Amino acid sequence: MQFTRILAAAAISAPLLAASAQAKDDLIIGVAQFPASMNPYYDSLTIKSYVLGFGNRSITGFDKDWKLSCLLCAELPTLDNGLAKFEDRPGGAKGMAVTLKLKPDLNWGDGVPVTAKDILFTWKMAKDPASGFANGHPWDRATSIDVVDDKTVVFHLEKVRVDYNQWDSLLPAHIEGPTFEKAGNFAEYQKQTTFTRAPTTPGLWNGPFMITNYQSGVQVVLEPNPHWKGTKPGLKRVVIKLIENTAALQANLLSGDVDMVAGEGVGLTIDQVIALRKANPDKFEYIFKPSLTYEHIDLKIENPIIADIRVRRALLIAIDRQTLVDRLFEGMQPVADTWVNRLDPYFAKDLKRFPYDPNLARAMLAEAGWRPGSDGICRNATGDKLSIEINTTAGNRLRELTEQVLQNMWKAACIEVTIRNEPARTLFGETLKKRLFTGMIMYAWSSGVGDSPRSTLASDRVPTAANNWGGNNGIAFADPRMDQLIDLAETELDTAKQIGIWAEMQKIYAEQVRVLPLFFRADPHVVPKWLDGYTPTGHSDLSTAFSENWRSK
Amino acid sequence: MGRYILRRLVQAMIVLLVMSFVIYSLIGLMPGDPIDIMIASNPNVAPEAAAALRKLYGLDQPLMMRYWRWLTAALGGDFGYSRTHSQPVLHMLLPALGQTSKLMISSFVISVILSFALGIMAARKPGGLADGIISLLAFAGISVPVFWLALMMILVFAVQLHWFPASGISNVGDGSLRDQFMHLVMPVTTLALATTGGFTRFVRASMIEVLRLDLVRTARAKGAGEGRVVLIHAFRNALIPVVTVMALSFGVLFNGALLTETMFAQPGMGKMIYDAILGNDFNLALSGLLFATLVTLASNLAADLAYGWLDPRITLQ
Repeated sequence: MQFTRILAAAAISAPLLAASAQAKDDLIIGVAQFPASMNPYYDSLTIKSYVLGFGNRSITGFDKDWKLSCLLCAELPTLDNGLAKFEDRPGGAKGMAVTLKLKPDLNWGDGVPVTAKDILFTWKMAKDPASGFANGHPWDRATSIDVVDDKTVVFHLEKVRVDYNQWDSLLPAHIEGPTFEKAGNFAEYQKQTTFTRAPTTPGLWNGPFMITNYQSGVQVVLEPNPHWKGTKPGLKRVVIKLIENTAALQANLLSGDVDMVAGEGVGLTIDQVIALRKANPDKFEYIFKPSLTYEHIDLKIENPIIADIRVRRALLIAIDRQTLVDRLFEGMQPVADTWVNRLDPYFAKDLKRFPYDPNLARAMLAEAGWRPGSDGICRNATGDKLSIEINTTAGNRLRELTEQVLQNMWKAACIEVTIRNEPARTLFGETLKKRLFTGMIMYAWSSGVGDSPRSTLASDRVPTAANNWGGNNGIAFADPRMDQLIDLAETELDTAKQIGIWAEMQKIYAEQVRVLPLFFRADPHVVPKWLDGYTPTGHSDLSTAFSENWRSK
Repeated sequence: MGRYILRRLVQAMIVLLVMSFVIYSLIGLMPGDPIDIMIASNPNVAPEAAAALRKLYGLDQPLMMRYWRWLTAALGGDFGYSRTHSQPVLHMLLPALGQTSKLMISSFVISVILSFALGIMAARKPGGLADGIISLLAFAGISVPVFWLALMMILVFAVQLHWFPASGISNVGDGSLRDQFMHLVMPVTTLALATTGGFTRFVRASMIEVLRLDLVRTARAKGAGEGRVVLIHAFRNALIPVVTVMALSFGVLFNGALLTETMFAQPGMGKMIYDAILGNDFNLALSGLLFATLVTLASNLAADLAYGWLDPRITLQ
């Protein structure tokens, strides 16, 4: 905070930079992280998706209104338009045939057309279990592909899936094909892929921009792709510059060395941007876009205190989340009731909510046998204290601050909460992964629009030694009905039924209180006044996926 | 002398071997791996994909096996592949080394020149006005955190005055010598100011001690001028402990370089090693740390050799 104040003071006295208010062709974006690899299928990090959004588009993506749309395809396959159909699979099961037509004038940056060959190549690579490809919409959903013509393929899906028309980005067969052949295996391909060995190769890029200069750990320079036939990019050059220290990043913004700071979790934190806005209200555009990053507290059900649902509910209603959000984040981050964001079409509007009610919390605890002792902390009949431990990432100032506010709120409701924070590596690498936390653990994760909650709520995804700690269901949620609903949510194509399924899943989630939902993070974007057409999305298809619309006012 | 250098080189090899084992083991003791962090923020990475990634990165192998593979390859000149940069380690190490060398050598030279001048001035009249001012400045230099100094430099010279660029090594599309020089001014000044304070105090203390010795009195009695007494007779004798401290400090400069590189967004060794350790990039972290060890050993050897030059009575065997 001290540095923020220093920066704010300096900024107030600094003369306004004329350059930052002038129309420009170049845009320099400051980021605090740097991508390890530009290959779209290795390392699923936000910063890489951010850079790839400029030059390597996915076939389909969600737009700023969270509606699925075509980025590389000509028309989104649906049952209504006939491009998606049910088909019988061998053995009698129902599958799907999905026809995908690429845009007719789509080219790689070297002028080679993007064709069915690229789809076939990407599919063959990605469906190999040895590939190590990590992407949101697995290619192995398709058991076979028919090539209709240069621009058209038919995916044959083994089963009916709700995500049948969501497909990720393509690898250029004419470049990565020979590279893979030369590498001979995936371990070697990962090292030899042109995306990392020579990312300035024009043929890697099919979006409006392509990388023309890449200095690992320093900056990425992007310039318009001459073979892009879509909306002509309004900028002649985009520089993505790494400045890891966020105080230095703010100083660079004020000095004019960078024009904007990317939101989407790769730039400044929300409190830093709020302070910057207070000091420089007219110098930049400030956008706080609620995102799908869900900040929450997992509860350890094996803890005998937490095993009692009355205690879990008391824990939730004893905290005033709206006041927390208002005071710490100026109300920018919407309070969460479940893992589903209010902007998501499947958000359950009539969900049972647990508003702040400290009196009811104390009454619930009393009903569960916990009564306040002389020190204000509840004890049970045997004299045990109502004491629970909470862990979060040490050094994450906002989380630590949130934790302290919550600790005071719980104390007012006679619940003692002790803080034991750990470095991120320990927290995620041991404590969460192996479920070693004893009471509560606060962290966040992101998902895509309408993503199935299988990974976090299905009973077969509880991390155990037997599955080599392979799941992400850290709360050990094991509810047969939830498992059924997850299966249905992944296969039911009727929208009305889907809404019902999602409503029931959220109802179970809310009523069982295995997690204390806190809020959805808002991505803080600092944008130059001269930039037009900038539209943050708030989901995993980032603002850069629409960067051709960015231009000088 | 030749046998002495050879013996020191053999010792250095043994130190490097032991260090490589210790560093590799220590990095291996850190909990979790990069895949865990990736999964924690993105639960949609399937367990099967995570396992395949671990296999690709070799993270599924026992630590000692990974170390042995690295060691045998390194002895053959192959320092492995950087996981976080997706490039061979040497491809990363050499440019970073060049950048850090510019930063460290420039700041070291400036710091040495300044500290010699200020230390001698302060030592000539201990307790005098010049000594008081210089000591105050030296203590300020020692006390001020490097990252704070760097931030103040950016705020004053980039945000307020617009004299120098706030970060980076050159402007996109420029890269001329002048442009590179302008980008280097603030990091070099920051690092130099941060180290000059300590050096000045050592030079001052050593000079005060030598100026009280008989040899100085004798030189003055023989009619030597004050300049000759201080610079030739006293300073040369005062240098021996100072050289030891400076040689040891050269390796420590990496720490300062890490902070200045981070604050000024300079892609140097300090920052690269730090990122590699945090990112579990064994090959890069190990090679970088071994190189830092090598620099420290080499600077100490240089200091030992300098003793013989400074004081012919010292012989190296």
